[in-house]
Amino acid sequence: MGTSALIFYILSAVMILSAIAAVTARRILRAAVYLLFALGGTAAIYFMVDYYFLAAVQLIVYAGGIVVLIIFSILLTTHINEKLELPRWSKISATFSLTAVGFAITTYVLTAQSFTTGTGTFADATVGLIGERMLAYGEGGYVLPFEVISILLLAALVGAIVIAKRNPPAS
Amino acid sequence: MKALYDFSYLTSAIHEWLSSFLSPNGVLITEMILVGIAFMLFFAVLGLVLVYAERKVSAFFQQRLGPMRVGKWGTAQTIADVIKLLMKEPVINREADRFLFNLAPYIIMIAAFMAMAALPFAKGLQALDFDIGILYVAAVSSLGVIGILLAGWSSNNKYSLIGAMRAGAQIISYELSVALSLLTIVVLTGSLQLSVIVESQADGWWIFKGHIPAMIAFLIFLIASTAETNRGPFDLAEAESELTAGFHTEYSGMKFAFFFLAEFANMFIVSAIGATVFLGGWMPLHIGNWQGFNAIMDYIPPIFWFFGKVSFMIFLMMWFRWTFPRLRIDQLLTLEWKYLLPINLVNILVMAFIGLVGWHF
Repeated sequence: MGTSALIFYILSAVMILSAIAAVTARRILRAAVYLLFALGGTAAIYFMVDYYFLAAVQLIVYAGGIVVLIIFSILLTTHINEKLELPRWSKISATFSLTAVGFAITTYVLTAQSFTTGTGTFADATVGLIGERMLAYGEGGYVLPFEVISILLLAALVGAIVIAKRNPPAS
Repeated sequence: MKALYDFSYLTSAIHEWLSSFLSPNGVLITEMILVGIAFMLFFAVLGLVLVYAERKVSAFFQQRLGPMRVGKWGTAQTIADVIKLLMKEPVINREADRFLFNLAPYIIMIAAFMAMAALPFAKGLQALDFDIGILYVAAVSSLGVIGILLAGWSSNNKYSLIGAMRAGAQIISYELSVALSLLTIVVLTGSLQLSVIVESQADGWWIFKGHIPAMIAFLIFLIASTAETNRGPFDLAEAESELTAGFHTEYSGMKFAFFFLAEFANMFIVSAIGATVFLGGWMPLHIGNWQGFNAIMDYIPPIFWFFGKVSFMIFLMMWFRWTFPRLRIDQLLTLEWKYLLPINLVNILVMAFIGLVGWHF
């Protein structure tokens, strides 16, 4: 077994274990930390396959952004001694069977697909190339989806401000 | 002697020596371990030197002598401090969340290690040279705030919690300004890769080549990076008089030392990034095509240039800490959101215009 395979198995084990821990932890902040480990493991796998840009984005957006946001809201709302109640067995079994169905479908699709090792040359996913594709409007350009998503984000921001804005005091 | 000017001679010699008696996998694993040990040693030495420097600088600003008893001019003082910290009893609050309490210092240290790995110390002396260099450093340094938040919460102490919330709000706000001021220079370099950014300054440093917008960006970077590392005058996250040291109140012994070490390591990292992007990194002082002058400057090895520039940046940050009074939290957030961020955005536009027209050198 090569070194990269070994590292891959270690990373996968860490990700799977922390993902299970994230949904079974009784303390909410611990669950958030386990989620951080699972997301960090994903970033590490992107680093392993040399897709550095996506790895850094994964770290910035998920680990540095969303997990920090989750931790902030936990810090503001819960006390350290609070423990989550154990859910009822009916809920646990329903969730478990749903997850099992999802797992079965994913496994079936993965095994049914015959993966072939590519022989052609691959485009090097450098930041420069990603930037050029993002702003190109010709063949293989992504400027339209990029702009549409930015409008969606702008709408979400405006909506958040409108919701958070206090009503003027009635005079 | 040649290895002092280009470290790739040294690293390739080590690589060939290891390859002569190990399999490729063995070489890879050995090199990983060697790089890890090198960074750990560097961390330890860095902590010793910077703690001594901080105590001496603060003493001179306050017209004292600082540590003088242990060793010549007190140079062995920090070694004595380390031995004291190692022998202290690790106290854990009974009501604390032990798992998170023990985990928090390591998260901060890991973030500092990962950021440190991407720094170009000298020609050919860089552990990770991604084409996303600056983006990577910004990404991993944003992980450190998680450690601070966890430390404050798991201590089960209201002062720690307030300190952690202040630190979190401060770091998240000022990250924006740090990243945007670096982007102002990236507009001119056209690359995020740190080694390419250094090479692009072979005919002059960006702070001189980029005219006034580069200097504005440098000032914003200095202010914002001081705030991002939670140092004075922005140290209200650990304000001793109000919060009894903030998020690390409950830590003792080596875990306290980890927070302390991480603070100094982060100061080194932001100074090194600033020196690399604005002041040319390990590139000697070159002026355009003055061949004779440039050749004389090349006699000083790159590693001395790098550490000289970083020491200058670190001295500036210590100077800030010991001369300015601490800001209030509302002043701190006003400074970022109402002044630095708008100035920064306009500055990037001006820089993009200069880059398009080609007014920079």
